[in-house]
Amino acid sequence: MHEYISYIVLLPFIGFLINGIFGKKFSEKFSGIIGSSAVGITFAIAVMIFFEMLKLPVEERSHIVTIFSWIAAGSLSINAAYQVDQLSILMTLIVTGVGFLIHVYSIGYMHGDKGFWRFFAYLNLFIFMMLNLVLADNFLLMFLGWEGVGLCSYLLIGFWHDKKFDTGGYKTGEATTSDAAKKAFVVNRIGDFGFLIAMFLIFNLFGTLAFEDVFSRASAIIPIGDTTMFWITLLLFLGATGKSAQIPLFVWLPDAMAGPTPVSALIHAATMVTAGVYMVARCSVLYALAPASMEIVAIVGIATAFFAATMGLVQNDIKKILAYSTISQLGYMFLGLGVGAFAAGIFHVMTHAFFKALLFLGAGAVIHAMHDEQDIQKMGGLKSKMPATYKTFFIAALAIAGIPPLSGFFSKDEILWKAFSDGSVVYFIIGWITAGLTAFYMFRLVSLTFEGKERWSHDKHPHEAPKVMTVPLIILAVLSVVGGFVGIPHALGGGNAIEQWLEPIFKRANLHLATGHHSGLTTEYLLMILSVFVGVAGIYFARKLYLQNPELVERLTTSFRNIHKLLWNKYFVDEIYDATVVTPIVKGSDKLLWKGFDVGIIDGIVNGSAKLTAWISSWMRKIQFGAVQNYAMVFVLGIIIILGILILK
Amino acid sequence: MNFNITDIPLNSYLALSAILFSIGVIGVLTRRNAIVVFMCIELMLNSVNLTLVAFSAFHGNITGQILVFFVMAVAAAEAAVGLAIIIALFRNKMTMNIDEINIMKW
Amino acid sequence: MNITELFAIAPIISITIVSLIVLLVEALVKRSEGLSYWISVVGLVVTAYFAIATLPLIGTAFNRMVTVGGFGSMFATLFSIAALLTIILSKDYLQKEHANFTEFYLLILFSTLGMMLMASAADLIVIFLGLELMSICLYVLAGFLRKKVLANEASLKYFLLGAFATGFLLYGIALLYGASGTTNISFIVQNSSTLSASPFFWIGLGLLLIGFAFKVGAVPFHMWVPDVYQGSPTTVSGFMATGAKAAAFAAFVLIFLHPQSENSEQVKTVLAVISAASMIVGNIIAISQSNIKRMLAYSSIAHAGYMLAGLAAGNQLGKTGILFYLVTYTFMNIGAFGILSLLEREEDKNLTFDDYAGLGFKRPFLAALMAIFMFSLAGIPPFAGFFGKYYVFVAAINANLTWLAILGVLMSVVSVYYYLRLTVLMYFKEGDMQIEGIISKTSLAVLTIAALIIIQLGVYPSSILNIINNLN
Repeated sequence: MHEYISYIVLLPFIGFLINGIFGKKFSEKFSGIIGSSAVGITFAIAVMIFFEMLKLPVEERSHIVTIFSWIAAGSLSINAAYQVDQLSILMTLIVTGVGFLIHVYSIGYMHGDKGFWRFFAYLNLFIFMMLNLVLADNFLLMFLGWEGVGLCSYLLIGFWHDKKFDTGGYKTGEATTSDAAKKAFVVNRIGDFGFLIAMFLIFNLFGTLAFEDVFSRASAIIPIGDTTMFWITLLLFLGATGKSAQIPLFVWLPDAMAGPTPVSALIHAATMVTAGVYMVARCSVLYALAPASMEIVAIVGIATAFFAATMGLVQNDIKKILAYSTISQLGYMFLGLGVGAFAAGIFHVMTHAFFKALLFLGAGAVIHAMHDEQDIQKMGGLKSKMPATYKTFFIAALAIAGIPPLSGFFSKDEILWKAFSDGSVVYFIIGWITAGLTAFYMFRLVSLTFEGKERWSHDKHPHEAPKVMTVPLIILAVLSVVGGFVGIPHALGGGNAIEQWLEPIFKRANLHLATGHHSGLTTEYLLMILSVFVGVAGIYFARKLYLQNPELVERLTTSFRNIHKLLWNKYFVDEIYDATVVTPIVKGSDKLLWKGFDVGIIDGIVNGSAKLTAWISSWMRKIQFGAVQNYAMVFVLGIIIILGILILK
Repeated sequence: MNFNITDIPLNSYLALSAILFSIGVIGVLTRRNAIVVFMCIELMLNSVNLTLVAFSAFHGNITGQILVFFVMAVAAAEAAVGLAIIIALFRNKMTMNIDEINIMKW
Repeated sequence: MNITELFAIAPIISITIVSLIVLLVEALVKRSEGLSYWISVVGLVVTAYFAIATLPLIGTAFNRMVTVGGFGSMFATLFSIAALLTIILSKDYLQKEHANFTEFYLLILFSTLGMMLMASAADLIVIFLGLELMSICLYVLAGFLRKKVLANEASLKYFLLGAFATGFLLYGIALLYGASGTTNISFIVQNSSTLSASPFFWIGLGLLLIGFAFKVGAVPFHMWVPDVYQGSPTTVSGFMATGAKAAAFAAFVLIFLHPQSENSEQVKTVLAVISAASMIVGNIIAISQSNIKRMLAYSSIAHAGYMLAGLAAGNQLGKTGILFYLVTYTFMNIGAFGILSLLEREEDKNLTFDDYAGLGFKRPFLAALMAIFMFSLAGIPPFAGFFGKYYVFVAAINANLTWLAILGVLMSVVSVYYYLRLTVLMYFKEGDMQIEGIISKTSLAVLTIAALIIIQLGVYPSSILNIINNLN
């Protein structure tokens, strides 16, 4: 059965070709059906492969399916091959399963859009690239998928190219979605830079790029704490921070919300942004050999989780809140990976895909009903108007807040428990506080959107979304409830099936990891109770504040206005990048050179370096005087330098 | 007095041609008239010819002299093309001063 | 001389005969441009056929003046294809500029002959002759639109600096001859360790390197590139950026990547420094350009830098990388310049970035092709441009030039900025471009084929790598 894997990858691509080439002539319905069924059939095949795998004994579950010999140049030989194993099939199921639901939802959401067929073509292309990413059996093919999903993300963020969007205080009113798309693309290239260099170093060290060979050789010959391995893993992690929006490269994800909501759900919540987590988990052996990198991964993860959660507290844009929440949850996943709980990290990828996709799709339904209004201060009382959306959204919020027995509880708790037992108490405490913040901002969102007074003008007539949109919501809600049952920890009498399933993948890495001191069951129960408590407390305070005492919010905001301002401006990260990198240089430069040059495109660090480069560029081009003799002069100078090097050795 | 050309050491020829070459380079860098600049380039090529002939005599093979003939042919072709280019430019701009030929820059 | 030797250099003979026929047609037939266009097209196809047919040959011919088969034939194929694409794309352009004369085709053919001679040279004299034949034709082609001041300026700048560089190259050849007593490349390269005692050898080698570096447009010998590319007829710029550059790289590879020798540390250092400087200068200045032709000119400096990294590496992988890079670069750059030439209007209109705003809606097909070329130039997989960069950087790391590879990757990140800017403008901004003149089906077909080849080489690079690896 596993040899059918090539169909899995090919089907979405065929869908892309059909819609991309002939889509213009298709009716909406036909485009939608083609696009969705391409992913749906893929999902069905993936499920069959999965069950086939279940039947096999553990050691026979991993297969490499070679499609063709891709590159053979001297010492460099790479096959286009897919690795079907426990980890990749799990990711495939998530990508195609959640992807299929989002495709179906999009039929309703994109109804009436003039680029309907284009949208489905891009979505199919994205699924194709994502499958290449997760199924690749070598770094190069993975990188191909990695770049490909970035390209699709870029195309889809800028899908409504001329739409203005609010960057949240920074350069308001100037930016359009195409700027957001470009920002996302360029920030990701910084991460890719790390990935590429790491790939070169791996090739130099091992002479191959195939996962199996690299990992087995690394495991056999590299000592723990090797310097080269430290740099390789660190550079790979730089790639991961770009794709998975971690500190310091997270700035693109909030802006990426400018794209259509199904895109936010599929790419910027459920699948593409978890590619970094998947990549680190796939390279778990390499990370196990570089404890210092693991430490960095954990610290960056927990820091991102905390800071993103605090930024989420005060946002008013429904999608922005979810974006910060995604960044924060991705931080949890990296915390899990960083403390060596690879299976827990992947488990959280799965549950997060369910409830975050659900939250985004619910938000999409709300935005649809409110005629493109995204400010939750202008919503409220939608509970009665759109009951199905409300109920499913509520379930997802409970899941992310970590209320048992919903899926989020098990995965988050597993990470926190491992952070405590294999990491440090500090990780646990910060993670625990973040859990409380998460519950708080999620229920602030629920309260302001669905409950309380109606704060919208009554020329709007919000109504429940059509069936084609609500059915995916309901399926995702069911998954958000039961999804965690595959990972019930031993302490609660479960088998932790997912950890067992993934065990062969991480076996080699676990060999190199110092097994943590195992705290007793009592501690585990205690921590569990603590995290449930903080979740409930967060929910309670959010509801109390926003439903019963709205004036208290005002008072709190004024008395803590400095903190509020800090959070509202997202710790001024964009501005800090701007001030430290840009202003000192720009000050002295000729303003005229900026005219006609679109420097306002990318903000944050990208803007900083872009402005810096642009400034250097406009200065450097002046060497080109236009007069021939100056050219000849430079030529002669070059000759003198080169002959100097050659003769003086 | 019976004077034999091979009595002059190789290094003298090489030094002379290096000096001529340098004069050509300096001319290219300093003169403003396109035709003079072009003549300086011709001077560079001819100084190389001198080097080639000297080496040819030194090594006792004729490869260098063959190359000299090719260089002269190429230089002639270059001269024809170069003068045509300069004339085309002069028709449009009425100038031969290469300092004034700087519309394209940066 | 015997018949086998004649057959061995069949591509060179074929293109010479085609050129001479066109020359006769020019002299004997009135209004001959249509006829000579077809003769050139057919002739180039035949030449490409001979070039492919001679690929398996090994050895030298004509008293070790030229090598036959293998490397030279591969380049002959590449040059014929580049010339073919250029000629087909030029027809629309020349008609639009009212300059459709037979001389154009003739000059392209002769310069292609020069390129082929360079790539199959076994002797420095042949390299010199090939280079001059190519260059003199290109000087004229640069100023082909002789009523335009910009074209005059481009032509004069190219000519003066080109002749200046020739002086140094020739001096280099003379000194190498002085040091070794021969102009045979294999002899000089094989005995480089004994010859290197002589200072003539080092200065000669250095000047030779500088002459080629000028032709590939590497920093600091790049100053002519932006001006000449901007002023020349657009399709000719494309031909210069691909054919002429590939020919100079062929000569570079013949001498500095000779299989029987290894570059000394100093040469490696010089090449690495030139490579780094070209990547930095090309990419960074390209950012602030508003004219697309000029942007592509600076980007071609940067691409020369990437390829020089493979040369500096000096290993087999580097050679493979350069050859693969040149093949892909030829298609994407001729494609990009081709699209520019189709959309250009009189008096250099439609050449700035802003003019391209909204092209994605007005001419979706052309814009999609342009986007493919841009993404490929930026080195984004799955387009072929990525693999070219990949090979040369891997080669650099294998040769302990990790810093150079890191710089290269960093600079290609920078380059994304300006390539992407064009794509963003085409697809994400509104605009109203006026398009005049003919955009013939043939041109579109040629561009589509170029784009398909780029995708094909990106998805399945082995198709060309196998040929490159089996070269002698």
